[in-house]
Amino acid sequence: MAHDKSPGGSLLIKGGHLIDPAAKIDAPMDILIEHGRVAEVAAPNKIKGADEKFDARGLIVAPGFIDLHVHLREPGQAHKETIASGTAAAAAGGFTSVCTMPNTAPVVDSVEWVQWLRSPERGAVVNVFPIAAATRGSKGGTLTDFRSLQRAGAVAVTDDGKPILEDDTMRSALVLGSELHFPIVQHAEDTRLTEHCSMHAGARAFRLGLHGMTSAAEATIVERDVHLAMQIPNSRLHVAHISTADALKGVRRGKRAKTRVTCEVTPHHFTLTDEDVRDYDSRYKMNPPLRSVSDMEAILVALEDGTVDAIATDHAPHAAHEKEMEFELAAFGITGLETALALAITKLHKEKRMPLDRVVELLTAGPARCFDLRGRGSLARGYFADVAIFDPRKRWTFDAAKSLSKSKNTPFDGWQLTGKVVATIVGGEIVHRT
Amino acid sequence: MSAARGSLLGIESLDAAEILKILKFARRMNPDRPRPLLKGKRVVLLFYEASTRTRSSFEIAAKMLGAHTVLIQSSGSSIEKGESLLDTGYTVRALGADVIVIRHPNAGAPHVMARHIDVPVINAGDGLHEHPSQALLDAYTILRSKKKLQGLQAAIVGDIFHSRVARSACHLLSKFGVKVILCGPAELVPEIAATLAPGVRVTRHIEDALRGTDVVMLLRMQKERLAGMKIDLPDYIARYQMTAARLKTAKKDAIVMHPGPIIRGLELTSEVADGPQARILEEVRNGVPTRMAILARAVGRMR
Repeated sequence: MAHDKSPGGSLLIKGGHLIDPAAKIDAPMDILIEHGRVAEVAAPNKIKGADEKFDARGLIVAPGFIDLHVHLREPGQAHKETIASGTAAAAAGGFTSVCTMPNTAPVVDSVEWVQWLRSPERGAVVNVFPIAAATRGSKGGTLTDFRSLQRAGAVAVTDDGKPILEDDTMRSALVLGSELHFPIVQHAEDTRLTEHCSMHAGARAFRLGLHGMTSAAEATIVERDVHLAMQIPNSRLHVAHISTADALKGVRRGKRAKTRVTCEVTPHHFTLTDEDVRDYDSRYKMNPPLRSVSDMEAILVALEDGTVDAIATDHAPHAAHEKEMEFELAAFGITGLETALALAITKLHKEKRMPLDRVVELLTAGPARCFDLRGRGSLARGYFADVAIFDPRKRWTFDAAKSLSKSKNTPFDGWQLTGKVVATIVGGEIVHRT
Repeated sequence: MSAARGSLLGIESLDAAEILKILKFARRMNPDRPRPLLKGKRVVLLFYEASTRTRSSFEIAAKMLGAHTVLIQSSGSSIEKGESLLDTGYTVRALGADVIVIRHPNAGAPHVMARHIDVPVINAGDGLHEHPSQALLDAYTILRSKKKLQGLQAAIVGDIFHSRVARSACHLLSKFGVKVILCGPAELVPEIAATLAPGVRVTRHIEDALRGTDVVMLLRMQKERLAGMKIDLPDYIARYQMTAARLKTAKKDAIVMHPGPIIRGLELTSEVADGPQARILEEVRNGVPTRMAILARAVGRMR
């Protein structure tokens, strides 16, 4: 991929329409990239001379997308995904930075594993920002060494896949996080209420004979966490994959009280509901589960009104044999990197009339703010030259078999979508191009 | 891949005409006389969960139709060694199975198998989901005592939440316009149960459920599924046990059904279980002709 451009050379992205919400730009602009950074942003045809030119006529040029929530499965589960395959899928989806979840085998709870993840030997084609475990082995007991993990490059801590359940542990994590400006990412699920559950509690679960997770199991944890965060000055709470109307109320309360509470929503939670779970097809099984229609409607409002800060995929690849089995026994999770933009454009922009710059904000400036990713999430001068170039009107059909991810577990196979990534640039280098 | 023709995965997806066809054919089956409709065919009974009447009833039905039967149970087979559902299915297919009858503790297991294996799959009970052959034999039994299903009222009493029998019965009865009343405490009969099918409602009061009722279906209190639930059995007995006195609230010619096994002194008294209105053993007897029809349908011989 390096053949497209040697580092240090210059690249001019010409003729495109720049949407950079952080810089409040939504206009035709040319962008000059030098030494992996944005050197100049100017009106069309004002910038002359560059080693290489990228013709972006008819296309949207945006800061590279940032995914706060991906499972790239290394170390230890390379049969599902690797850093190399997962970041290739990310690049195909316009993502230039991904934050990796620590629930691997072993759990990423040490400086060594954070460094291992960031090593060039992993073959990442986009930026990898590890999120480390909040407790040792993500067992919910002793907190990890936040300070060292942060220094090694971790951008946040979480026990994702599981909640930080104990009040004391969560409180201590928020206190320690407040001193370090370190976000605590919560997988909000009261697991005492969700044992044996495989989908959302509701009419569909009852009909299918499946135990259901109530929205209360998510909302009570969010309520508690927001409550704790409000009492701890400078604490940073980030609610992962929020999925219920009740839990969003908690986030709103925190934001109104000027607490730094942020949250993310997955594309599947704004496009699908529990009524889509059918034929015991485990491609519709994920955690948090697909929720009710009213939950989805609340999410759509929250995406619009700013309660939600970011769209994050919760990209969760699994091998076929881990999904094609009894629904209740099948692994939770779906892939999402290659469909996120198109689902956002198709559902939020085309159907719900959300302005395109808000869609872009939810994929760029929004997530960058959640985890303080300096120099990213915008294409202002001096920022990293991480760019997503896409055609917002292009209609296409997603074929999971052609996915760059190692795994194909997605309910969006065969979906007709609008909006397609044309090129992805990381640090000035074109890493994906159609 | 969609399920092979002749599969019976649930009642919900069947229409009333198809159900009537099966019941009509079942009436032509004599459980005591061989009918070699499945002569030389291989019927594999794949039982991941304990079962007495369903398993033996399917086995007898298959044998009366002239089929070879193979019983595979989770204990003492490769399933115990960790073989996956689908791999077991592929193995059974390779052995030349013509029909797979599956009982499984997880809802939807037959559907997953049917999606991947081109052999008719018959659901003999999947988790909390459905038990279609039971619903069909219950309809068969009702029709031995009542002229038709239309216009009847049925009360289903007990642990609806954990009952695949109840779910299948609701779907079947609803398709024929039967008024179905689900009765029990909120932990066992959540309000949402009323959304199962048209004409289904929920009540907490046994008298309310019984008044004007033609069919009383009782369910076993499944202790193994109640672990962790706050069910006070003496309280349940006081409020919901079917006694001779309570049964008088129902129509005079009401029949009492129970999928078995019954627990005397819990969901019903011996007086009711052994009384003239009980059809509990008749249900067991009717299982054989009904399952003969289901198996004949599976191989395309239900004509």
